[in-house]
Amino acid sequence: MEAPIDTNLATRPDERSGRVVSIKKQDTVSNTKRINRSFRQIRAENVFRRTLIIVALSMIVLVLGIMLTLIWKSTLSIKSAGIGYLWGKVWDPVRDIYGAYPFILGTLLTSFLALIISIPFSFAVGVFLGEYYPKGWLSDLLKNTVELIAAVPSVIYGFWALAVLVPIVRNFETKIGVEPVGLGIFSSSLILAVMVIPYAASLGRSMIQMVPSNLKEAAYSLGATRWEVIRSVIFPYTKSGLFAGILLSLGRALGETMAVTMVIGNTSLIPKSIFAPGNTMASVIANEFTEADHPVYLSALIELGLVLFLVTVVINMIGKKMISRFTNE
Amino acid sequence: MKILKSIALSGLAFAIAGSMLLTSCGGSGNASKADSSANTAGDANNILGAGSTFDNPLFSKMFSEYNKTNGLKVNYQSIGSGGGIQQLTAKTVDFGASDAPLNGKQDSALSGPAIHIPVTAGAVVVTYNLPDVKDTLMLTPDVLAKIFLGKITKWNDPAIQAINKSVKLPATGIVVSHRSDGSGTTNIFTTYLTKVSKDWEAGPGKGSSVNWPVGLGGKGNEGVAGSVKQTPGGIGYVELAYAIQNNMAFAKMQNKAGKFITPSIASVTAAANIDIPADAKVSLTNTDAADGYPISGLSWIIIYKEQKYGDRAMDKVTKMVKLIQWMVHDGQQFSAPLNYAPLSDKAVSVADAQLKSITFDGKPVLQ
Amino acid sequence: MTNHVKYRIGKSAAFKTLTIVLAFACVVPLIFILIYIIQAGITKINWHFLTNLPKPVGETGGGIANALVGSMIIISVASVIAIPFGILCGIYLSENRKSRLAYWSRLCVDILQGVPSIVIGIVAYFWLVKPLGTFSALSGSIALAIMMLPIIIRSTEETLKLLPDSLREAGFALGLPFHRVVLKVIVPCGISGILSGVMLSVARIAGETAPLLFTAFGNPYLSVNILKPMQSLPLLIFNYATSPYNDWHDLAWGASCILLIWVLTLNIFTKLMTRKWKVQL
Repeated sequence: MEAPIDTNLATRPDERSGRVVSIKKQDTVSNTKRINRSFRQIRAENVFRRTLIIVALSMIVLVLGIMLTLIWKSTLSIKSAGIGYLWGKVWDPVRDIYGAYPFILGTLLTSFLALIISIPFSFAVGVFLGEYYPKGWLSDLLKNTVELIAAVPSVIYGFWALAVLVPIVRNFETKIGVEPVGLGIFSSSLILAVMVIPYAASLGRSMIQMVPSNLKEAAYSLGATRWEVIRSVIFPYTKSGLFAGILLSLGRALGETMAVTMVIGNTSLIPKSIFAPGNTMASVIANEFTEADHPVYLSALIELGLVLFLVTVVINMIGKKMISRFTNE
Repeated sequence: MKILKSIALSGLAFAIAGSMLLTSCGGSGNASKADSSANTAGDANNILGAGSTFDNPLFSKMFSEYNKTNGLKVNYQSIGSGGGIQQLTAKTVDFGASDAPLNGKQDSALSGPAIHIPVTAGAVVVTYNLPDVKDTLMLTPDVLAKIFLGKITKWNDPAIQAINKSVKLPATGIVVSHRSDGSGTTNIFTTYLTKVSKDWEAGPGKGSSVNWPVGLGGKGNEGVAGSVKQTPGGIGYVELAYAIQNNMAFAKMQNKAGKFITPSIASVTAAANIDIPADAKVSLTNTDAADGYPISGLSWIIIYKEQKYGDRAMDKVTKMVKLIQWMVHDGQQFSAPLNYAPLSDKAVSVADAQLKSITFDGKPVLQ
Repeated sequence: MTNHVKYRIGKSAAFKTLTIVLAFACVVPLIFILIYIIQAGITKINWHFLTNLPKPVGETGGGIANALVGSMIIISVASVIAIPFGILCGIYLSENRKSRLAYWSRLCVDILQGVPSIVIGIVAYFWLVKPLGTFSALSGSIALAIMMLPIIIRSTEETLKLLPDSLREAGFALGLPFHRVVLKVIVPCGISGILSGVMLSVARIAGETAPLLFTAFGNPYLSVNILKPMQSLPLLIFNYATSPYNDWHDLAWGASCILLIWVLTLNIFTKLMTRKWKVQL
């Protein structure tokens, strides 16, 4: 792989010095050769630069294409329902009434509940790895294991949740006296909470590690305890970074499809409590996309996809902006 | 470190080379077959179908058996009845399978006339979970509709007690479960409720996914069965085959003739033994047959009547029609073991007539 | 006073304990899942399971050969599309940090990273399946390739950014043209980081189901033609897990186990690589 460099670097000077001394005629030949070669190289260089620009441009085209496709395919639904689509409370394919409110509510409920459950855990991991034990085999093990949580395919989380988590939740629901269903927003929030822990945790860890040690040492020298340093120095300093981590987790939770579809209970009714079954935007698409047998229905589902796309994009963008501002400070 | 790097590099190179090879294999394989055609038709030995989840187990058995004798590879994907129709409309599949006949809207979306060939029949049973009740419950259409409309909410409601006089019903609340995904099972069930209840007709109506007034959604038969099984007081509807295989309790339904009928292969076949119109588009729900189970339905394979579209070859079309013919006749032996009801003689003769009407470039495919 | 100090120290210790407990509690679900899946799946796996096709309902002892081969082909094709593309884009972004195009391109990569996989599935359906008139492995591969791109691009960009400018300048000083400097000096130096990104992206898409639902579609037979529908492991798991038959559940558990082992191995291997090469990702 590296051979061409070597020949160029090593032989060219030899070539030059050797031939200049011995034969003059050959020198001009090799000069034109060299000029030809450099022309070729300039051309190759231009081709390469142009390829790079085209590739970079095509990323923009790709994202615009995705957005335009979604908008184009959902025009039918946008025209027929207008903006009221977003807070229409009824989703009734038989009568061609499409309101996304139950799904938007379901998505927000599951995602925020999952965040609330996962935040203490992901912060604990962040603080543990960032502040208490940044080094050592135990920390390495914890760090890698937490990262593996993100690696498990979501269809497997769903399968496991269905087989193990749902019966546990059902028992719990019997105990606290709500309708013992098992499937529902609460179960899907639990499995989502597990799935999003690594995102906030790894960002939190790197943010906490970036806190300048002189700040911490100043606090220690004033007699602060570990907890006081964490509360009054580290948390305020990393506030925006930690918040960005939460946003990234949220973006991930909003778009999660398979695991949620398998345990949320899938009903188009507006969920009455956090133990009720519901539906998220992604799970409706997964359930009904292949079933949609008339154009408006299909278009309404694609509009759900569009809403989901826009929401996740905005949340991710805010999160990324906050991180880059934090790291550039 | 150096060694590890070179190993990884060579590994990557190998992976890329391997995938190139595979791709080129796929490419060249396709190129060699490309003379027959590139798109829908593909090579004549591969047929692609999609649709009803209800048919999937039976189809997988039939196609596997047919493959053993004829070598024809049928790829059937159970994406749901509506999906099958949609993909047939988009011409991305060779045949669709559906538990609901095409409605007017779907029919007009197709580019040409399509025919329905009945291939099997099934029943939707009402399953419930009442651990203390040993007898089989009996239900009337009216009570069933009221339960699914959320108007009857307790098991010891006088309306239920009146039908089941000898049974001691508990005061448990009724927890309704239904399918969350679009489904032919739902279509049969809601078509039935629409026929027997004015309130249902005015409310949720019929369709492969409707706006349920009460209850939990479960994905697939399993989702519904799961929530019924694990919820005392639960009630739901699943396919007969599924209920039998999982030893679930299911209710006797009162049919049009006033008899309470236990769902079984025999009572479904009886329900299907009615006059079937020439286009085979008939609903078996609320059947007139005296011994027929009222919540039954036919399942159809739907194909274009004129098979010469796109770049399909005659060879392939003939193979597909022969396959469907086999399914209607010899293939029926696989129905009963999997708890599907075999087609009645009338249905078979209608299917034969339909198959004869298939043309390729204006000429009938079957002589 | 001393009481107050004691209280503060106690509070600090309590917080530490709480942190440790919570931090390690995260690992519990993962361990449960691993044990459960492996227990349920490992008994199903044998040579027969790996080399045979699935059997119809009522016949026991099918295998998942079609899904294994299908997954590999779909992932390979996705990699062939995404790797060169992603690396080139990463190079552009690291070489032109300040240009307007780089700004917008980087923004789009960020957006792409956040797009839910099901949305990519919808788009791939309209871009490829509809116009080509058939479901195909290729459309699934392209959907997956779109998901791989942001990971490869970001890891390439981040790795190349960290390389010292002196490397690049040394190359230019020797009179090497731009493309040679990039391809023969910069990329080989950053190859470990780029490779890790590639591996990570493969691990990420190996378990993706949602984009394949409407594209690769599934196939009960062994197929190597990428212009035809093809089975893949996650699809098989989803379809068979939601079917009402125990034989098919067994297949799904076995397939889950294989998928899990595959994905985790890829991840762990990447981790080892990044540690050996001290890559920052």
